[in-house]
Amino acid sequence: MKVVGIEELKQKAIEMRKTALTMIHEAQSGHPGGSLSAADVVTALYFREMNIDPNNPQWEDRDRFVLSKGHVCPIQYSALALRGYVPYDTIYTLRKYGSPFQGHPDMKKCPGIDISTGSLGQGLSCAVGMALGGKRDLKTYRVFAMLGDGECQEGQIWEAAQSAVKYQLDNLVVFVDDNGLQIDGTTDEIMPNQDLEKKFQAFGFETKRINGHSMEEIVETLDDIRVAKNGKPKCVVLNTVKGKGVSFMEHSCGWHGVAPNDGEYLTAIEEVIGGLK
Amino acid sequence: MSLMEKDIPVKKATREAFGDEIVRLGKKNKSIYVVDIDIGKSCKTTEFAKQLPNQHVNVGIAEQNGAGLAAGLATTGKIPFVSTYAVFGSLRMAEQIRQEICYPNLNVKIACSHGGLTPANDGASHQSIEDMGVLRTIPNMTVIMGADYNSTRKLVEQAAEMYGPVYLRFTRDTVPFLYDENEEFTIGKAKQIKDGEDIAIIANGDTVYLALEAAKQLEKEGISVKLLDMHTIKPLDREAVADCLNIGKIITVEDHNILNGLGSAVCEVVAEEGKGIVRRIGVQDQFGQSAPYEKLLELNGITIENIVTTAKNLLKN
Repeated sequence: MKVVGIEELKQKAIEMRKTALTMIHEAQSGHPGGSLSAADVVTALYFREMNIDPNNPQWEDRDRFVLSKGHVCPIQYSALALRGYVPYDTIYTLRKYGSPFQGHPDMKKCPGIDISTGSLGQGLSCAVGMALGGKRDLKTYRVFAMLGDGECQEGQIWEAAQSAVKYQLDNLVVFVDDNGLQIDGTTDEIMPNQDLEKKFQAFGFETKRINGHSMEEIVETLDDIRVAKNGKPKCVVLNTVKGKGVSFMEHSCGWHGVAPNDGEYLTAIEEVIGGLK
Repeated sequence: MSLMEKDIPVKKATREAFGDEIVRLGKKNKSIYVVDIDIGKSCKTTEFAKQLPNQHVNVGIAEQNGAGLAAGLATTGKIPFVSTYAVFGSLRMAEQIRQEICYPNLNVKIACSHGGLTPANDGASHQSIEDMGVLRTIPNMTVIMGADYNSTRKLVEQAAEMYGPVYLRFTRDTVPFLYDENEEFTIGKAKQIKDGEDIAIIANGDTVYLALEAAKQLEKEGISVKLLDMHTIKPLDREAVADCLNIGKIITVEDHNILNGLGSAVCEVVAEEGKGIVRRIGVQDQFGQSAPYEKLLELNGITIENIVTTAKNLLKN
């Protein structure tokens, strides 16, 4: 963990959003909505919480990050570019031939990706395996997983959840980006998730629901979790807004997987620079 | 003594070979893990669980999580063997194997009992006739079925030693011992049991014994048989298949659908080389049912008699 203040993190979150939007605009392809809803937690993890070394991405004692909702990789790629895992200009290669920034995360092509993802519902199982491997080896690293609320409709998420509890993986922290939208509509219309916090709690996780765009709440929660070595995996459900930070993208499933055109991009960047409202 | 002369009375299921070998390997290498999916008793991993609890995981009846968890373990340097029945370990886990194991080329082994028709009285739901074919189409995957107890132990050992995803398929039911325990096997290299000149028979798994008995009969009738145990169907030993092309008449035998398994793999080479005729003996693209194992083989023509007849008919061509 690096000691970084809240204000500095908020500035980083602005850079993260700008970078993600820039790469999606350049590619004219990608997923802005979910990238923006996950932006603040990913910022806090990469710039404050996680024990990582961009110069040694395979360091065996590093904290791991699993982006189970792999389609929002532009926000993780932004963190990797800003932290120096890859040259910053790599952002202009998203989804292009030969790029480490594949359409969905590829651990073989991109330094800093701990597991390849893209098929929804599968990342949490991998995170459980990483956390279990660490426990068995008496390592102190932790594993952070970012899930989408939509992908919690996949049964495998719950298979993985029960195994995290069975093996008492208090080195596992699961975030659910509960932005309430999926491609075809709201999660309530398509397949209601009910209360995801209660669900994880019922499985045996220690849970909390916070505002996923409040850096203050995020940092406070991460501080609490860091010291909670109580044999329970943690789940933080994030109340978020899909497209957060860009007014015309907010609350819209239309911006799930669509890139902004030139005009929209300029407006979006202007809004993002102004910080979160 | 050559295998052709040997009397073969003793039998043991190849799932026992996995259960015995994995304990030996796990004691030697603490990175070797077993990920059970509840049915450890049936997959013969209980001894591993008992002796090496720190290297054992049981995820319960949750195949998809078992595969994904194994992928996560592999990223931490472990060598997980995910153990279940072949039909679940291939099809229920197929996408997890593709996305999280083969695509990132992680060092996970899928080790499955109940291959082919061997879970005979369990019925079609538990028989696995598509698994090797499905998994052979996934890049980075190696696909293996040993013919007997001793060869299976050697192949399990080699799978643990090589880097990368491997699918290992075992029999539920007993199969005869064919090889001595000192016999060497190499993944991706066919085992030539016998050279011959008139016809080539390429078999794998539990059908190698049938092919061997058929070869004995054919030899008695003056037909010279080349017999290969093709335990690895991917990567296929193309050279060994190409060596059969001078003979030009090839029979494949497998306890698997004739679509996309050993027979198909051999046909691909033969067609590309442009010479030779192949007859495929295997499951006739139909589901099984509860019945004695031998009856199920018979319903599909996977018998010594049919191999002999097919050979003779092919020689008339």
